[in-house]
Amino acid sequence: MKHATFRRVAALLVAGLLAGGAHAANEQYFPLQSYRVGPYAAGGTGFFGGFIDYLQYVNAKGGVNGVKLTWSECETEYVVEKGVECYERLKKGLNGAPAAATNPLSVGIAYATLDRSTADKLPLITINHGRTDSTDGSVFPYVFPLQLNPYSEVSAIVNYIGQKSGGLDKLKGKKIVTLYHGSPYGKETNPILELLAKKYGFELTLIEVPHPGNEQQSQWLNIRRIKPDWVILRGWGVMNPVALKTAKKTGFPVDHIIGNIWSNSEDDAAPAGDAAKGYISITTHPSGTQFPVLQDIKKTVIDAGKGNLADPKRFGNVYYNLGVVNGILNVEAVRLAQAKYGKKPLTGEQVRWGFEHLNLDDKRLKELGAYGLVQPLKLSCADHEGGGAVRFQQWDGSKWNVISDWVQADRKLLRPIIEESSKKYAKEKGITPRDCSKES
Amino acid sequence: MFYTEAGQFSGHYRADRRLFRLRQDRYALYALLLFAFAVVPAIGSDYWLNAILIPFLVLSLAGLGLNLLTGYAGQLSLGSAAFMAVGAFATYNLALRVPGLPLLVGIALGGVFAAAASVLFGLPSLRIKGFYLLVSTLAAQFFVQWLFTKVSWFSNDSASGVITAPPLRIAGHDLSNPAGRYLLTLGFVVALTLLARNVVKSELGRNWMAVRDMDTAAAVIGIPLARTKLLAFALSGFILGVAGALWAFTYLGTVEPHGFDLSRSFQVLFIIIIGGLGSIAGNFLGAAFIVLLPIGLSLLSGLLPPGVIDAGQLENLQKIVFGLLIIGFLIKEPEGLARLWQQLRERARVWPLRY
Repeated sequence: MKHATFRRVAALLVAGLLAGGAHAANEQYFPLQSYRVGPYAAGGTGFFGGFIDYLQYVNAKGGVNGVKLTWSECETEYVVEKGVECYERLKKGLNGAPAAATNPLSVGIAYATLDRSTADKLPLITINHGRTDSTDGSVFPYVFPLQLNPYSEVSAIVNYIGQKSGGLDKLKGKKIVTLYHGSPYGKETNPILELLAKKYGFELTLIEVPHPGNEQQSQWLNIRRIKPDWVILRGWGVMNPVALKTAKKTGFPVDHIIGNIWSNSEDDAAPAGDAAKGYISITTHPSGTQFPVLQDIKKTVIDAGKGNLADPKRFGNVYYNLGVVNGILNVEAVRLAQAKYGKKPLTGEQVRWGFEHLNLDDKRLKELGAYGLVQPLKLSCADHEGGGAVRFQQWDGSKWNVISDWVQADRKLLRPIIEESSKKYAKEKGITPRDCSKES
Repeated sequence: MFYTEAGQFSGHYRADRRLFRLRQDRYALYALLLFAFAVVPAIGSDYWLNAILIPFLVLSLAGLGLNLLTGYAGQLSLGSAAFMAVGAFATYNLALRVPGLPLLVGIALGGVFAAAASVLFGLPSLRIKGFYLLVSTLAAQFFVQWLFTKVSWFSNDSASGVITAPPLRIAGHDLSNPAGRYLLTLGFVVALTLLARNVVKSELGRNWMAVRDMDTAAAVIGIPLARTKLLAFALSGFILGVAGALWAFTYLGTVEPHGFDLSRSFQVLFIIIIGGLGSIAGNFLGAAFIVLLPIGLSLLSGLLPPGVIDAGQLENLQKIVFGLLIIGFLIKEPEGLARLWQQLRERARVWPLRY
């Protein structure tokens, strides 16, 4: 009897410790709002597969300064309210391990959890997508559209078309059609396209493809009527191969279609078969397995039979590599934050500091084995994007070949627009922007 | 034994007409309300309030809106999500363009706009019935979504078409915290549920049921068909509009037209079919089934040791199980969960005897 009481008290004490001290376990937690079913499963499984494999790889190497990484998944199906439910379910951490950052990989979910993330002091990472004006870290301290925000992406594409036409002044009178996914993600760039059209004098037509985009006959017939010089494909998931196939059916030359950052994977081009041969897209990171970090992942994770991909052939494709890149950036942020706050599991607020001070130069990238995979990146309080450069690649029927050097977005042109938008948001929401000159 | 009517006499007509005639029902209701208003916000975690209770309440309300129209007045509709969208966008635009408009008034006016839209799309019901009416409300679904996508004025020309909720403030109190948002939602749900219960017990409610059962007969005994049907559309639209505004403002905090697509309409329809047509409590039971069960399944599957089943297949398995449960329930009780509830109460009246 006495024994039982003692045991009960001990159990209560342990439970209290676990609940009270978030640092009981020496682990850092990543809540994964993943999606493995639905029309966007190809993107979800690739991205989260790469992300999880990189976390496994870091663990196999002993974690981040001895702090093991842990994670759990919650299926969102790319649906906003499910993403919100997952966010709420996972944000508190796991078994005492505090959450480091959320990576929903969905603009809709990112929008819906933006206020929550800020209130909960948990970084919201929207790599290569997201809300453009969250680049301004003085208004959005917890949101990071890493590498490439939507405006930079469009600006780089227009710059590339300019290059191809022999100078930006030659864009005058050209016809460009943008075919966009009917979602917050798809619409995000429309105003900046209109602005660039006005600035460079090209004729712009915006055509929406309703989600999920498996029927595009009328849109492409419309394009055939317009006879544009270029089509910018701002697709996602199943919309991309359908667009390429329909383009072929209606007789639009595929090498004048430029896919954006979410229309650029093997899973987008390959299902279109022959229709995709010659298709151009942008990328922030090449596909391929030749990078040392990927070789190491193969050795320690994949060959050990612990790889997250159901289909091992997808190892090293665009989505997978983006997941690895995202893993590298998240873990680097944790590492940086540990240098400041100590080698222990950190709160989201502390990891945020790490993200804001990310500084990946060529030397650091070589140490990580990711030289050529990740672009040099330097973030600050005012700039939550960092890179803003893309390369162009062309599909040869079986793989992507890089066909251009880094093409930089016109970030100077975009900055005032971003600031204007973030100021408007701050005013609407009654936020006082941070003074970035006083941040350390 | 405990749940018996014996000895409860009505001394006045007023007492006979009250919403819950049975003392036990009244006390249970008071206890439930006390629990929901006082205890839940105090003990509920962020997760429970934000991710489970608020969507449950909002979808119950949406179910209530559709149930008045379909379950009581017999008019089929697939436009529920459209009227929710009208409510959400109207509330947003009112808050944006009418400075100083109190939040509660804004949400209520959002409901009024939705009611107007609902009446407009309900006009064909005067001529057509059944599945044909279903198709005409489907038009509302597509038209409203198209309108809000196409005309960017409705989303204040926001680039992505996503609008963010204005700060939730009532008379200087900030309600942006989970408990505040929950209480705001609960307040609306309770008020509108009581209103609906009053209406279905009134002459209007009886007219609705007469129209539902046979509208020619209803016309013969002097029930004005046009007025009755359109009032059903109006009240249903109002409740759906308020539900839409709450969905956007207290639950998600953002709203985009695609959040109110056809699958949302189907979701609301399933809620009332599973919960029980022509029942008020059924909406809550149906919403609980539709909202809570998938989350429960997902949490359960999270308990499985990792690596046993591939994560993607596990998701598909949950969908299969959920589908089987729906089929199972509908075979067992085609009249919905509300009927089970009814049977439970009848059992309780004679308990511990069998008859």
